[in-house]
Amino acid sequence: MERKKLSIVCFSGDFDKALAAFTLATGAAAVNWEVKMFFTFWGLNVLKKKTGRAWIGSGVLAKVFNFLMGGKRNLPLSRLNFGGASPALMTGMMKKNNVATLDELIVAAKELGIDFVACEMAMHILGIKKDDLDDHVHNVAGVATFLDASKDGQIIFI
Amino acid sequence: MTMVKVKLKLSRMADGDTLDVLLTEGEPLESVPRTAKEQGHHVEDIRKEGEYYHVIIRK
Repeated sequence: MERKKLSIVCFSGDFDKALAAFTLATGAAAVNWEVKMFFTFWGLNVLKKKTGRAWIGSGVLAKVFNFLMGGKRNLPLSRLNFGGASPALMTGMMKKNNVATLDELIVAAKELGIDFVACEMAMHILGIKKDDLDDHVHNVAGVATFLDASKDGQIIFI
Repeated sequence: MTMVKVKLKLSRMADGDTLDVLLTEGEPLESVPRTAKEQGHHVEDIRKEGEYYHVIIRK
């Protein structure tokens, strides 16, 4: 039987939206869909090896941008962020209710063989190199490659 | 996430081994056996013991 395909464009660097993207991705992979996640712009923050604030990137502006955006531990909640306190509170609520946290979802996504693709153009603008990103990112690609790999499947933009 | 955990667990097991999944009432009770069957595993039993349902899957 041909596997159904799901491609998720992870544009947002918001904590809650990253949660939604990874929940959907792992859920689909668990029922045997072939899943690709294409990380672009703020979404790249989720995949940075340096999970806190770091001066990565080439050029002064890129360094400042990357420092201010930070990594996975700095993702803000899209609403009611309360100066960055909310994601930690939310993670506490999720653990209490036995719901998978963002870290757990990312580990599961890798184990399920979900393909992480990083956007070439966004990386270029932000001065981020492949080495700055999670080792599970095997491919850096542009729109044409992404569309070709996603044809005959569903594409969702988060 | 239930199905994700079941799928990962099954992938680490040897063929012929069985997995006992403990579930409460809810959507996974329907989706876990269905998905396991779709992926070629055998659902040997679904029974309720105490507060949990046991879904027995043979890989």
